[in-house]
Amino acid sequence: MKPMNEMKLTFPSRSANESFARSAVASFLSQLDPAVDELADLRTAVSEAVTNCIVHAYRDTIGSITIQMRLYADGRTVIKIRDRGCGIDNVEQAMEPLFTTGGDDRSGLGFSVMESFTDRLKVSSKIGKGTVVTMEKYIVVRERQAKTV
Amino acid sequence: MVIRMDNSPNAITIWLSGELDHHAARDLREQVDGAVNRSVAKVLRLDFSGVTFMDSSGIGLIMGRYRLMAARGGQLLVVGASERLLRVMKLAGLEKLPVWENHTVLQSSTKREVKRR
Repeated sequence: MKPMNEMKLTFPSRSANESFARSAVASFLSQLDPAVDELADLRTAVSEAVTNCIVHAYRDTIGSITIQMRLYADGRTVIKIRDRGCGIDNVEQAMEPLFTTGGDDRSGLGFSVMESFTDRLKVSSKIGKGTVVTMEKYIVVRERQAKTV
Repeated sequence: MVIRMDNSPNAITIWLSGELDHHAARDLREQVDGAVNRSVAKVLRLDFSGVTFMDSSGIGLIMGRYRLMAARGGQLLVVGASERLLRVMKLAGLEKLPVWENHTVLQSSTKREVKRR
């Protein structure tokens, strides 16, 4: 199935862009008329993925983060968040709840949150090349009759 | 993220408002720890009723302050978290930590609902 709409967004890994990324994704998603909880879930998942790029992928440097988002007519939403940072040595270990290399004040729950708040999560990574996080979420397509009458 | 602070010899209360992500958590942590280290208070109360968004950075902040207060022989209290925030906090098992004031979660969310109407 072809997406009914898509967007691509690239920005530097500055922490001020965490809120920008959330807002941009939420704004693009609004055309599917998501429920408040669906919108909040996706905002949270995107925030986690972008924060990972900033804290881990580009730990001591600034690099570029790309978000690609595709919307399908059946409500399926696919978001890819890509960095060209250091990569993850052991993806399975990184995805374990509470595992972190981020120091005392990182909870190690980023991937757990992404998993809980989306319908599908895939992480592929290559050391020295970067990481791609792919998240899918189904937005319930609601009756829009009232609006069209 | 905007914060308001009330500092008494017994307790420091900090009201947080806005979005609590990794960007906001860095500044916030410095301000909270600074206040705790300047004070003799044994109780740190973080009021989340003005927080409109929180990701796992907020969990890290809470767990870090929980450890900080425990190391001082004191206590962290978390109040005013919305249902949405509680969902994130529960992923970390925070509901099992002794940081909740009796019924404050329910009370504060009821109050806000009334205000909205």
